[in-house]
Amino acid sequence: MTAMQATTSETDDLIAQHRIEAEGWSRTAREDALARATAMGLPQRRDEYWKYTRPDSLTAAEPVAAALLKSDEAPLFDGMDRLKLVFVDGVFDADASDDLSQEGLEIELLSRAEGDLHWARDLYGTLEARGQKPVERPLAAVNTAFAKEGVLIRVTGKVSRPVNLIYRRNSDSSDVMLHYCVKVEKDAEVTVLENGPAAARLNTVMEVDVADHGHFHHVRAQGRDHERRAATHVFARLGEESFFKSFTVTVNGALTRNECVIELTGDDANAHVAGACVGDGDFHHDDTVFITHDAVNCESRQVFKKVLRNGAVGVFQGKILVKDGAQKTDGYQISQSLLLDEDSQFLAKPELEIYADDVACSHGSTSGAIDEDALFYLRARGVEKHVATDLLTLAFLAEAVEEIAAEELRDAINDRLASWLERHRG
Amino acid sequence: MLSIKGLKVKLEEEDKQILKGVDLEVEAGKVHAIMGPNGSGKSTLSYVLSGKDGYEVTEGSATLEGEDLLDMEPEERAAAGLFLAFQYPVEIPGVGNMTFLRTAVNAQRKARGEEEMSAGDFLKVIRAKAKDLKIDADMLKRPVNMGFSGGEKKRNEILQMAMLEPKMCVLDETDSGLDVDAMKLVAEGVNALRTEGRGFLVITHYQRLLDHIKPDVVHIMADGRIVKTGGPELALEVENNGYAGILSEVA
Ligand SMILES: Nc1ncnc2c1ncn2[C@@H]1O[C@H](COP(=O)(O)OP(=O)(O)OP(=O)(O)O)[C@@H](O)[C@H]1O
Ligand SMILES: [Mg+2]
Repeated sequence: MTAMQATTSETDDLIAQHRIEAEGWSRTAREDALARATAMGLPQRRDEYWKYTRPDSLTAAEPVAAALLKSDEAPLFDGMDRLKLVFVDGVFDADASDDLSQEGLEIELLSRAEGDLHWARDLYGTLEARGQKPVERPLAAVNTAFAKEGVLIRVTGKVSRPVNLIYRRNSDSSDVMLHYCVKVEKDAEVTVLENGPAAARLNTVMEVDVADHGHFHHVRAQGRDHERRAATHVFARLGEESFFKSFTVTVNGALTRNECVIELTGDDANAHVAGACVGDGDFHHDDTVFITHDAVNCESRQVFKKVLRNGAVGVFQGKILVKDGAQKTDGYQISQSLLLDEDSQFLAKPELEIYADDVACSHGSTSGAIDEDALFYLRARGVEKHVATDLLTLAFLAEAVEEIAAEELRDAINDRLASWLERHRG
Repeated sequence: MLSIKGLKVKLEEEDKQILKGVDLEVEAGKVHAIMGPNGSGKSTLSYVLSGKDGYEVTEGSATLEGEDLLDMEPEERAAAGLFLAFQYPVEIPGVGNMTFLRTAVNAQRKARGEEEMSAGDFLKVIRAKAKDLKIDADMLKRPVNMGFSGGEKKRNEILQMAMLEPKMCVLDETDSGLDVDAMKLVAEGVNALRTEGRGFLVITHYQRLLDHIKPDVVHIMADGRIVKTGGPELALEVENNGYAGILSEVA
């Protein structure tokens, strides 16, 4: 191990920059992760899944400085009843956070977890490691090895009050890795919300293990932080008749790479991943999704919509892998972009790989402009051009936003998108 | 009310003249009908009046109560009181019919410096008017024109007209695709709006609609011009003899 670190430390990159500091229960998992990362090497432009997104700024030793954005908009989930955990530049802020106790939840900070958290020891790095095949995700292994903070959540009952991971940042050069483990036990249910500007450079990994009949809902807002860069990974494993739903809204951000790797291992499981993003100018947004069906009668949906203008770039790489024996699979994938001008770009790589014969899988990808006939129709009724354009743009995003189950959250996201559109007109 | 003088229009993209000098005067309180062979330029006239892209006015003018229409954005023309019932109403996925209409009503009010209509008042008014046109509540909830039958789309146009209460209504083949009963509903909808201050320009191919909406004046358009103008009897002549006679007479 130390030998490997020695060789990489000669190059000035992300891996060389860090040392494993944690002792105790996660130590072995971290050392394994470092070995994985070192063996894989950091992402390169020539890698198959990094063709459309430059990894350099994510793998460099130091983050690119990102100016802080002043905003007088109230944070997204303000006003909702939720369990707040606040991280400022990656450091837990106990004063701003709620007391970490809630019926139906065992919840602990990664930096504080000691002793025999056997469920966490079994999960930490496990789903990330499983998710390295067949496509390598070195940044996630780096996170497992070095993340200093994060949250371990074990869900034992139906929890209606969401857990809200709230990010703030005060530094224009913070480089943050956060690692989350969520274990949803049999019949249990939880909603995890994430929002706020986290860091100049953010690397998160969330491992979600959903047992039979468990429900996991995830709504994340990566918002209003123009210059930040982020690489996020969600790894999930789903048991029988379980439900996994993850939605991400992204408004601006210089670079975002959101990877989602899901394994449906129990029969009749459901996985829905969706995203709505809006980018103006210096904006590069990449959704890379890999869903593996390895059980019978499972359903998966991928719904991604991107609105791009002034040279913004959107990337979608989505794969459905149906393993031998995963009969009655219902796989749906759609990725669409609305290009508000000719300078913007959408790059899509939809993939299906199917080894079972009784499956229904569909995928589609489109790129288009505002429908001129619809625009004229609205204007002919008196709706001003920019209002009509916003209406049509929100309508375009609606299919993704509708993937959010809770109406209150859906409305909050729609309001965010509408106010972004208002601020970014023609 | 609506005054069109020597209007000449070509396509923006190609060198094709479509309107070759249209003169037309619709007075307040009157219903004018335009008939004419396919491709003679009737829809083009309605689009140019309402401000659709793709056409270039090379000569002439069009004014609404003295205001130059051709100089305005489409939404300004609507706020000034012009309404076009489309020959082919557009389907708009993701935009609810209600949201759309309320946005439109209030946008026009705002543009005219009037107070916006409250959600409650709007609901009350639209429910009553929808009922008159036999448009059920479910159709109001659906996205604009999505999955509407041809006849339902046309009734929806009339509902919009009733909600927006324009000064000058241009109806482009609102009767096409309507069954006999729906035609009566639409005609009743139009007749209910016939007032002293409002003008109508009804484009149609059939006398049948004009049985219900009695026109004051009938125009025949051919090859981009109004070639003949007369009373309601002109529509009957077209119904009975087609355009051949009229066209040879003016040639
Ligand atoms: N955007 C366009 N591109 C090409 N040709 C056009 C365009 N718009 C109109 N035209 C042509 O102009 C002519 C007039 O068309 P218009 O639709 O105005 O006819 P109309 O009188 O409404 O016919 P109909 O009774 O069939 O509805 C036609 O020859 C049509 O093909
Ligand atoms: Mg026509």
